[in-house]
Amino acid sequence: MSVDGDELKDSHGPDHPQSVGWTRAQKMTLFTESHKPLVLESGGVLRSVEAEYETYGRLNDMASNAVLVCHALTGDAHAAGWDVDPAGPLREFRHKKPGWWDSMIGPGKAIDSNRFYVICVNVLGSCYGSTGPASINPETGLPWGLSFPVVTVGDWAHVQMELLSQLGVKKVCSVIGGSMGGQIALEMSLAYPERVSSAVILSAGHRVTTQGLAFNAVGRHAIINDPNFNSGDYYGGPQPIAGLAAARMLAQITYLSEEGMGYKFGRRLRGKASPDFTLTGIEFEMESYLSHQAESFVRRYDANSYLYMTRAMDYYEAAEKWGNGDLTKTAARIKARTMVVSFSSDWLFPPELCRELVSAMCRAGCPVSYLNIPSRYGHDAFLVETEAVRRLIAIFLKDSTG
Amino acid sequence: MSEIFHFPEGTVTKSELMDLTMTHLLGKLREEYQAPEPPPSTRWQDKVILGEIVPGSTVLDLGCGQGELLGRLIADMGVKGQAVEVDPEAAMAAMELGVPVLSLDVNEIIGDFPDQSFDCVILESTLQTLKEPLKVMREILRVGRGAIVSFPNFGHWRVRLDLAIRGRMPVTPGLPYSWHDTPNIHLCALADFKDYCHENNVNIVKGFALVEGRVSPLGDDSNLSAEEVLLFLEKAK
Repeated sequence: MSVDGDELKDSHGPDHPQSVGWTRAQKMTLFTESHKPLVLESGGVLRSVEAEYETYGRLNDMASNAVLVCHALTGDAHAAGWDVDPAGPLREFRHKKPGWWDSMIGPGKAIDSNRFYVICVNVLGSCYGSTGPASINPETGLPWGLSFPVVTVGDWAHVQMELLSQLGVKKVCSVIGGSMGGQIALEMSLAYPERVSSAVILSAGHRVTTQGLAFNAVGRHAIINDPNFNSGDYYGGPQPIAGLAAARMLAQITYLSEEGMGYKFGRRLRGKASPDFTLTGIEFEMESYLSHQAESFVRRYDANSYLYMTRAMDYYEAAEKWGNGDLTKTAARIKARTMVVSFSSDWLFPPELCRELVSAMCRAGCPVSYLNIPSRYGHDAFLVETEAVRRLIAIFLKDSTG
Repeated sequence: MSEIFHFPEGTVTKSELMDLTMTHLLGKLREEYQAPEPPPSTRWQDKVILGEIVPGSTVLDLGCGQGELLGRLIADMGVKGQAVEVDPEAAMAAMELGVPVLSLDVNEIIGDFPDQSFDCVILESTLQTLKEPLKVMREILRVGRGAIVSFPNFGHWRVRLDLAIRGRMPVTPGLPYSWHDTPNIHLCALADFKDYCHENNVNIVKGFALVEGRVSPLGDDSNLSAEEVLLFLEKAK
């Protein structure tokens, strides 16, 4: 599935020998038994955290074959197979649908579930099963809304590592993620260098560019200024869907590229030969695509979660966190075998940004693999250029335990 | 107007006569040498390097191709390696052998490696393809405590003959390309390279030559006899 939710042509049914089959998300409550609440980087405290996750394959006796797959901004734990369980809010969209990376995960696929125990965890603050702003605050009995503490990429790494520990995984064979998921993969290898054997970072970097901050700011502005937003307290009432739709339309543009959009839509009019000279109707294919994407998105995503996710991405600055601003010092922490992949037309996490991380790793003496794949699909390429990514991941994981 | 020479079989111009004579001469000269053996299946440089690298050392392989050498150094000799290979297909083949590869132009990345950060930097059959070979030479001797450089020797007698007698760009086993499709843009003779080393305080610690398909230590006549050379370099103290 691409970032915009289009199903890829090469996905196949749950009965296919290369499918992990029907899947059902699981939940685990973390940070309770030890009576240690989760203290977040923002200073916020959560007394217990529910994490939704899916697993494919079997953990071996040595517990050495775990592969953690990290989802992107609006993704979920349903990475592979076909979802059998529509339980929970905002879930209809995925019922009886393949996971977002079904093309990559399964028996004999690049992330081979015959070899690896694959885990995907929904991030804290999301609206897909893990604790987030739409969850009920146990102290008030009401949805958290904006009283939910601000979460960070570091918190996500913390929660996911805690879940891995609970599953019996001391050292993860590989952490793989694209975009926001790539930020988590990087953070995992920085925060837990002894517990991460290898990492694959696709279309992501040690920070969001200033332009990326700007895009996220506009998205949040649209949501916060929606007349239905009501300071995030809109559950049970009309939702701020106009704002969320605008945020999604803008984000959608940042996932594509000028060349890719031109190739896909050009200046074609929508189902007509000549314009209607309307200001409010949809004239161009490009407009129609954006509005269709926005419409389907607002049905499946919570506006508050969108604020939390984009903020977490904004705040992530690996060099500030781990090297007092020095990226080389930061990179020196990494013990994982690392592969960084960028795509030529990506302007959200541009190749130059990925190169900064790669250069820092070279300066720090960390062995690293890097490829910049020529593609017209922009940031979306990490999910659309299936063949190239599949090959790279298969090659990279070839010698891994499992 | 060109001179005309008269023979019982007919007449030829001076330039045609020169061509005929040179072709004849070239044929004669070639007969005196044994036909060259086909190049060995594994690169001869790899065999020499595998025997010379200290196990467990750190190696940077610039232009690693499909990574056969560094793959073996990492797997068999516990070398900590990093490779650079601009061709993405070759880079992926190298990654498949467990080699960490940066698919970048050498010039784009070499500056990122710290001074003296590798025991050895390998530049195998790559020097002559670089846009700025001297810049890269300076860089590899900055980054590496030692360097291994190999290149086809443009001083080889067959190259000289091709150019002098056939009047054509040389095509030899070590230089198999035509003038228009060759990646070799900065060819040099061993003698040129020795001059460079001398002028830049670079010591040739040891060297090997490929002579008629056989590897031998570098000798006084290598500039004429060596098809390819492999040199172990160090910056003079």
